[in-house]
Amino acid sequence: MVTADQVWEALAEIPDPEIPVISLVDLGVIRSVDVSGNQVQVEFTPTFLGCPALEVMHDAMTERIAALGAEPDVRVITDDSWSTDRITPEGREKLRGSGFAPPAPRTNDGVQLVQLQSNAFRCPYCGSRDTALENIFGPTPCRSVRYCRSCRQPFEQFKTI
Amino acid sequence: MSAQLLLEVADDELILGWRNSEWTGIAPMLEEDVAFSSIAQNEIGHARALYELAARELGTTADELAFDRPPDEYRCSKLVQLRLVPDWARTIARHVVYERADQVRLEALKASDDLEIAGLAAKIDREEAYHRMHAQMWAERLAEEPHFTAALAQLEPLVGVRDEHVPEFGELWEEMTEVRRSVAGATW
Repeated sequence: MVTADQVWEALAEIPDPEIPVISLVDLGVIRSVDVSGNQVQVEFTPTFLGCPALEVMHDAMTERIAALGAEPDVRVITDDSWSTDRITPEGREKLRGSGFAPPAPRTNDGVQLVQLQSNAFRCPYCGSRDTALENIFGPTPCRSVRYCRSCRQPFEQFKTI
Repeated sequence: MSAQLLLEVADDELILGWRNSEWTGIAPMLEEDVAFSSIAQNEIGHARALYELAARELGTTADELAFDRPPDEYRCSKLVQLRLVPDWARTIARHVVYERADQVRLEALKASDDLEIAGLAAKIDREEAYHRMHAQMWAERLAEEPHFTAALAQLEPLVGVRDEHVPEFGELWEEMTEVRRSVAGATW
């Protein structure tokens, strides 16, 4: 009989399809794991609703759970429970280590343009705060593009959601 | 909340997403190519989630709602139907007008008694915050441009018009539903 801990461990091995340095567990998108007999129900939230990796994540989780010998029931939950604040401290470190600036903490009034245009964001390469917003949008919906004036390196900034 | 109201929002997001994607590859600068493609992707993602909620109430599927209705049944605003490529200033004007109206609507949906709708609206709003910032940035940049300000004045009244379809909407519908109509069982 499979345990919830075993399921969490298996899910922690699934890389994010678009940023493979972090796992789905690091990303904080798995909201719950419920084991009942041989059935495993997993609820997960998309980061962005238009995320094309949604089906890939769904199928990867289904496969891993089936590989444990259980019956998977993976559900997509489109409520407001995911925020980038749910990315784990380990996940944030892994992002920074591979050149993605982790998201800034979310404040009560959400994100404002003036904040994005300020120098509150650190370059993941040299740590300088002398960085500028290049584009609110980037290669995937969850990222913006910034430029570090100090080490002259463009980098991707995880959007605060 | 009736499914009909959800359909209005979903149709707006789907058709605007489609229109925004028409800039992919031809925007006036690379950054905007990326921005409009990303915004289009988000809007279509919102449409899908909204159609799914409406579909459950109506006993159908998101795909059927998005692609199998005749064109005159779409409830999208006249604002989003217009094909504005290659007019950048008018496109930005529509972006500004739409995001402003959408913000008001999302606030109302977030306060809905239906917790599923309220939750989805709140999630959508987190993403739309970035669309609004993008629109705001461009509105500030073009604030003194007569072509832009004239477009704002011209497009603003169209946002609430839902019972008319412009001729180019028919063309969009043809293109958008072509796969569904020609390949049986094609899904989103």
